[in-house]
Amino acid sequence: MNSEPLADCVHCGFCLPTCPTYVVSGQETESPRGRIYLMDLAARGEISVDEAFGGHIDSCLGCLACVPACPSGVRYDKLIESVRPQVEREVPRGFADRLFRRLIFALFPYPNRLRLAALAGLLYTRSGLRTLLHRLGVVERLPSRLRALEALLPPVGLQALFSSVPEMTPGRGEVRLRVGLLAGCANRVFFGDVNAATVRVLAAEGCDVYVPRDNQCCGALSSHAGHEEDGAERAKATIEMFERYRLDVVVANVAGCGSALKEYGDILSGSPDFAERAKAFSAKVRDITELLAELPARTARAPLDLRVAYHDACHLANAQGVRSQPREVLRSIPGLSVHDIAEAELCCGSAGIYNLVQPDTAEELGRRKAENLQATGPDVVATANAGCLLQIRRFLDEGITVVHPVQLLDASIRGVALFATADLNAKTRERR
Amino acid sequence: MTGDVRAEFVAALGADAVLADPVELRAYECDGLTGFRVVPALVLLPRTAAAVADAVRICARERIPFVARGAGTGLSGGALPVANGVVISLQRLRSIIEVDPVNRRAVVEPGVTNLDISRAAAPHGLYFAPDPSSQQVCTIGGNIAENSGGAHCLKYGFTVHHVLSADVVLPDGTTAVLGADSPHLGGYDLLGAFIGSEGTLGIATRITVKLLPKPAAVRTLVADFPSVEQAGDAVTSIIAAGIVPAAAEMMDAVAIEAVQAALDAGYSRDTAAALIVELDGPQAEVDIQFAEVRQLCQNHGTTNIRVAGDEHERALVWKGRKAAFAAVGRISPDYIVQDGVVPRTLLATALTRIGELAAAAGLRVSNVFHAGDGNLHPLVLYSEAAGELERAEELSRAIAELCVDLGGSLSGEHGIGTDKACSMPRQFSEDDLATMALLRAAYDTDGICNPGKVLPTPRLCGEKPGVHRPHPLEAAGLIERT
Ligand SMILES: Cc1cc2nc3c(=O)[nH]c(=O)nc-3n(C[C@H](O)[C@H](O)[C@H](O)COP(=O)(O)OP(=O)(O)OC[C@H]3O[C@@H](n4cnc5c(N)ncnc54)[C@H](O)[C@@H]3O)c2cc1C
Ligand code: SF4
Ligand code: SF4
Repeated sequence: MNSEPLADCVHCGFCLPTCPTYVVSGQETESPRGRIYLMDLAARGEISVDEAFGGHIDSCLGCLACVPACPSGVRYDKLIESVRPQVEREVPRGFADRLFRRLIFALFPYPNRLRLAALAGLLYTRSGLRTLLHRLGVVERLPSRLRALEALLPPVGLQALFSSVPEMTPGRGEVRLRVGLLAGCANRVFFGDVNAATVRVLAAEGCDVYVPRDNQCCGALSSHAGHEEDGAERAKATIEMFERYRLDVVVANVAGCGSALKEYGDILSGSPDFAERAKAFSAKVRDITELLAELPARTARAPLDLRVAYHDACHLANAQGVRSQPREVLRSIPGLSVHDIAEAELCCGSAGIYNLVQPDTAEELGRRKAENLQATGPDVVATANAGCLLQIRRFLDEGITVVHPVQLLDASIRGVALFATADLNAKTRERR
Repeated sequence: MTGDVRAEFVAALGADAVLADPVELRAYECDGLTGFRVVPALVLLPRTAAAVADAVRICARERIPFVARGAGTGLSGGALPVANGVVISLQRLRSIIEVDPVNRRAVVEPGVTNLDISRAAAPHGLYFAPDPSSQQVCTIGGNIAENSGGAHCLKYGFTVHHVLSADVVLPDGTTAVLGADSPHLGGYDLLGAFIGSEGTLGIATRITVKLLPKPAAVRTLVADFPSVEQAGDAVTSIIAAGIVPAAAEMMDAVAIEAVQAALDAGYSRDTAAALIVELDGPQAEVDIQFAEVRQLCQNHGTTNIRVAGDEHERALVWKGRKAAFAAVGRISPDYIVQDGVVPRTLLATALTRIGELAAAAGLRVSNVFHAGDGNLHPLVLYSEAAGELERAEELSRAIAELCVDLGGSLSGEHGIGTDKACSMPRQFSEDDLATMALLRAAYDTDGICNPGKVLPTPRLCGEKPGVHRPHPLEAAGLIERT
């Protein structure tokens, strides 16, 4: 691996308190400083890339809280990305681990398969099977990873599951921009409502919105988990797909996907056919809240009398540096107050597939995040990432709705109550 | 260490509290001073004070050397492990047990960070005064051990002035409470001896600290000067005028360059020195003195004064200053943070001499320091890859000894640790050192509590005085340093 960035670490420890795995375990090897130290030793050949080493790399959430925390400018994002493939190659995984990871990679990047699984999940919850299995204590006896998968099943309705947004929605009034929206894979299945709200808001703000139908997974899951080649292939396919539409801006409403799209320029910098195109593409990518904060608002906004606790999604705040924009967008809604929370920089434990492969740490982080959110006494929790939405919802008290900020803006622009989410709440409760 | 002893640690602390994997142990081989590395035999991560005592009891019975470790940010190699010994990490003792706003104190576990104490006190308008630049990460246990200071120590004193009592596990595994809630006890000040003992007298497991009310008014300015000497003279004149600033900090051009590269904290890039002066107290007093400070800076040739307009700007000034050490990592592959004190009136002389030493060694030195109390932090920049380590260490040591020669001291706040143990005879007579050794032996009869730190030992400083890097055999864990 490239050892340059390793040398930048001066071992000061400033990154420690921002690192969720360190905060939970108190263990040097579970901290950015410790991981970098081990990577450095491995790069020098002083230690081997074995199970112990791999374990501490696997346990890293990739939340990147350690990057802005570092005064010395260590690019931990580059370091972890380059060491993960090495771990994938060199550390043999146990059978169950391999199987579970394969299941996830065979499921999440494929909307159709995921929809089928979600449908099965829906039957499972609706038919009373879930209640029965819970009552019989079967679920409690599942290995913690499967339990996590079970608990994450979002309360999605049949309609939402099969809803989709049109390929093209014309902007209202004089058109300001041609915008492409990445529908996402898991997002499309579980958060059709968020996509629909995004399209409505953009159109209302005078953007023609294009949502390619043949959208594949953008590669975020693969790249963040060290599956380099798969990530690069998916990046190329996504670029080609969007190039067809001659767009001004490409928008993501899932922080993890957005940060992957912004990295295409780096990921493909070595590819002769794609280097330039990827750079140009990445330069066009914006998170939905970034774009909305840049565009002077045209729409009138009806008041929403709500206390909103805002959770910074790691892949938005740390990976993309987008912190103020979502707050600005929320504050543009009259009557709504935005509240920051304690330990804001600590990851909620979702982090891509982390809550599925490292469920115990993820659960501890999820509870901690929920407590900090609840301490602000919110009516609504807003966060701009699908994974966080799922994870946080699991641990919050009843009665607190979890939404994407764009859903609040949509409700305000349309002058409607947050009915869809109220409905969602009812369903969440029914499931408990 | 035998498998039986290891099993006993596991039985006492739980399997997840004992690290023995060779890869994991390597992550504990150094603290913030990475030039010294020793791999321990085990790392223990107890969750309770009782578990710390259990662990020390086993060590005492088996005569296994142990080293307490907080956040590992120490800059003198104080938490450097001992080969064949154990590291007892306090990072799982992190609760704030109580904040008592009425009596203005807090009771905390040793792994709580310095800043978290102030955060917990903030809702009551209170804070914990010692503020090392590493405050967001360093632990109160480490602060006690090093008697840490910070920018605001000029007015408010060091850790020792803000601790009321500490529960400690002594090196034989017994426990004691040092100090008490009442500030004036009769008899010997055992708490005072413990604070600053660099982990050699036992392990603190529960600490009661004083909290101060936040000052009514705070004003901060950054004055640029065409030379470090002029800035130094400005500080001397401020203090001579009877003003006690909450802080008076200086950074030279190299440090400013690094800070501005790390985060734009608004420092002027084209100046030789930036002096930060902060005043706090009642509004009227602060306003009058602030005007005086401006005038004094002008008298000494300041080229620009920037006043922090609001809380946000003030925080940014400090964020920049506190990130200075680490930010130097951006402009130099490696560096050593030196820590020495000179009489304030000799600041300019010291800086000139340091410049000469650096030029002679062919290395760059950047100066960041607590100007108000003459506590210098020269940063010796070098590249290990280019083979400059040894030269850098020599220069760094020469600077520390220069401080002593100028009538100052070897360490202002980072401690002696491993790094400066061999320079101790420079500052203290043989009798002084023997007396210190007696005190230490009274607590630690078997010499198992952080051995090899603070006091010079023949093995450490042996043949070639000064050059004290781990022997290759030692680094390989084959011999131990006692
Ligand atoms: C970037 C940077 C800036 C810094 N700025 C300052 C500064 O402004 N002022 C300053 O004073 N220092 C500063 N330091 C030095 C360092 O942060 C302090 O010495 C700090 O108090 C060490 O705390 P720690 O928790 O990291 O302790 P460690 O480094 O883990 O340990 C330090 C010593 O304390 C002992 N120890 C730890 N916990 C206990 C305990 N519970 N009981 C008994 N002994 C214990 C250890 O054995 C060791 O000898 C700075 C360091 C860095 C890296
Ligand atoms: S903050 Fe940066 S330089 Fe300091 S230990 Fe962490 S990664 Fe290394
Ligand atoms: S990415 Fe997150 S989990 Fe990983 S080391 Fe950095 S802060 Fe810790």
